[in-house]
Amino acid sequence: MTTPRTLVDKIWDDHVVAHEAGAPSVLAIDLHLVHEVTSPQAFSGLRTRALRVRHPERTVATADHSVPTHPRDLPILDALAAAQVQQLTDNCAEFGIPLHGLGSPGQGIVHVIGPQLGLTQPGMTIVCGDSHTSTHGAFGALAFGIGTSEVEMVLATQCLLQHRPQTYEVRVDGRLATGVSAKDIILALIARIGVGGGTGHVFEYTGGAIRALTMEQRMTVCNMSIEGGARAGLIAPDDTTFEYLAGRTHAPRDGAWDSAVAAWRGLPTDVGAAYDRAVSIDASALEPMITYGTNPGMGIPITSRVPDPTAQPDPSQRRALERALEYMDLRPGQPILGQKVDVVFIGSCTNGRISDLRLAAAALRGRRVADGVRVMVVPGSDEVKREAEREGLDDVFRAAGAEWREAGCSMCIAMNGDQLAPGQYAVSTSNRNFEGRQGKGGRTFLASPLTAVASAVAGAVADPRALPGIESVAGLGGR
Amino acid sequence: MPEPYASLTSRVVPLPRENVDTDQIVPARFLKVTDKAGLAEALFRDWRFDEHGRLNDPPFALDRPGMAGRQILLVGGNFGSGSSREHAAWALVAWGVRAIISTSFADIFRSNALKNGVLPIVVDAATHRRLFELIEAEPDAELTVDLAERGVRLPDGSTIDFDVDPFARLMLLRGTDELGYLLARTPQIEAWESRHPGRVDTTAAATAN
Repeated sequence: MTTPRTLVDKIWDDHVVAHEAGAPSVLAIDLHLVHEVTSPQAFSGLRTRALRVRHPERTVATADHSVPTHPRDLPILDALAAAQVQQLTDNCAEFGIPLHGLGSPGQGIVHVIGPQLGLTQPGMTIVCGDSHTSTHGAFGALAFGIGTSEVEMVLATQCLLQHRPQTYEVRVDGRLATGVSAKDIILALIARIGVGGGTGHVFEYTGGAIRALTMEQRMTVCNMSIEGGARAGLIAPDDTTFEYLAGRTHAPRDGAWDSAVAAWRGLPTDVGAAYDRAVSIDASALEPMITYGTNPGMGIPITSRVPDPTAQPDPSQRRALERALEYMDLRPGQPILGQKVDVVFIGSCTNGRISDLRLAAAALRGRRVADGVRVMVVPGSDEVKREAEREGLDDVFRAAGAEWREAGCSMCIAMNGDQLAPGQYAVSTSNRNFEGRQGKGGRTFLASPLTAVASAVAGAVADPRALPGIESVAGLGGR
Repeated sequence: MPEPYASLTSRVVPLPRENVDTDQIVPARFLKVTDKAGLAEALFRDWRFDEHGRLNDPPFALDRPGMAGRQILLVGGNFGSGSSREHAAWALVAWGVRAIISTSFADIFRSNALKNGVLPIVVDAATHRRLFELIEAEPDAELTVDLAERGVRLPDGSTIDFDVDPFARLMLLRGTDELGYLLARTPQIEAWESRHPGRVDTTAAATAN
């Protein structure tokens, strides 16, 4: 009788090329995603050693981090960003890597285009020089972020040296209430275990509430695994996964599809397999979540009050909280609801997919953004943008007073000129609220697209459950 | 490729903050570089400089008198969380940091640090507190980091033992890198690949689009 294995064990075992005593395993990588910011030094390293890219056909590139979101016929004004994008183009040409560059229909945030193209598939190992590579775990792939030295290794050998990660079951049961979404599940998890809670582990999300999510909602959950300290977060593939994948450009076809699905059905964790750690969350008890501080673990239910540092028994936690509230200019014990907002950002690899935009547009339809609030809607990819425009979502956003931009990472990382001014408050559907993340001195409240829209309309942090018609809106993307 | 990691003796820069993320270590606007040079100026940029590029007053830990040239950082838990940017490790190296002591490090940062000759040293909470107390009492105390012996020697002659991944330790001590190790395993990689065809062909996208 074979030992029961987890999903992670199975993918791991399928990819170990070699394992020598005293060394990490040589792990084969099925898909390598490349972008302009973390790859230039890796390509330079290849040139220094006169190496080629071992498998350009298992590699794909796009420009997303530093690209402007103004109209594509305008030049990139930032000379450094322009040079970086050009260098990506040159590197891809020199090494034979397919590039979905600026102006091409496949361009977009690297973690949006992988799934969109059908490149992200169950059972694969996927890496990228970007910590939000965990997104692809939604398909039951072992997907994690790597540094530039590792980018170079994967380019040269299509392998990495890795220790088998520990596993951490995140079980989410129950049914989400109206107005509560996938984003609120992951924010609640990180608030519970902290930003270092998953260090050394890979999350596997299980339970009825996870099964009930659509693929795009699953991506939202897996995307922020890294904010809980886990390099990767996976969800076992099921019919939802296969339905999403079927017919996509790079998905297997015909007979190959049938045999792939048969193999993928063997991936879910066996009954009786053990995880190294586990946590359980009751989805039905969740409220919309929002962060108040300077890391994603500083989150609270939206009707709660900002925590009081003096109630923190641990001195270093107390100092961290004091410092966060000082940076955010929030008072201990104040309600977060009603806190004024200057900017609302809807987009990113967390919440920039078509279902996010459909939900946001439905909630915004027939309403106006509050005076003095800037709302930026940035589609996750050019394809998402075109689809949104086919559906008329851009008209809804513009009519409400929001900006409709080109695809990219935009204000999630604020490298491209889309940024907060010092002191400004933003409700953002992105993934990080670190000091200065959205612009030096900027202050970020992380929340779901529905909370973002409710706040845009109110001009202050607002509860999406109070939006008129929320029942019909929230059903749109599934829950 | 890093130099072989010799033992080092240095004074310590204390940075008693928890969950220092890599956006603080190197803010994103400095990620537009296409080489590894010049990142010392970006290190902890927004904690060190005001919006006009002037040093903060009072200065951040790194800029206090006598801190330049110190090779050991003593930091709060979960250091290096967030973004995978290896620029964080490059900037620390550029400033001169060779060892960082904490109760825990974020996974990607730890991996990046080791690949750049920066040794992440994990100690337990009590030792961590004791080290901060030592540095507060004696700001110029020197520690000796001995990777070969896996120990940090204190001024009183006592030693704090630490665990380090044996493979990473060997790579550091020899000054070799993982890419060399992987390239030397090309025959195994070829053999594995002959049994495992590629799962996707990204170049097919060019025709499909």
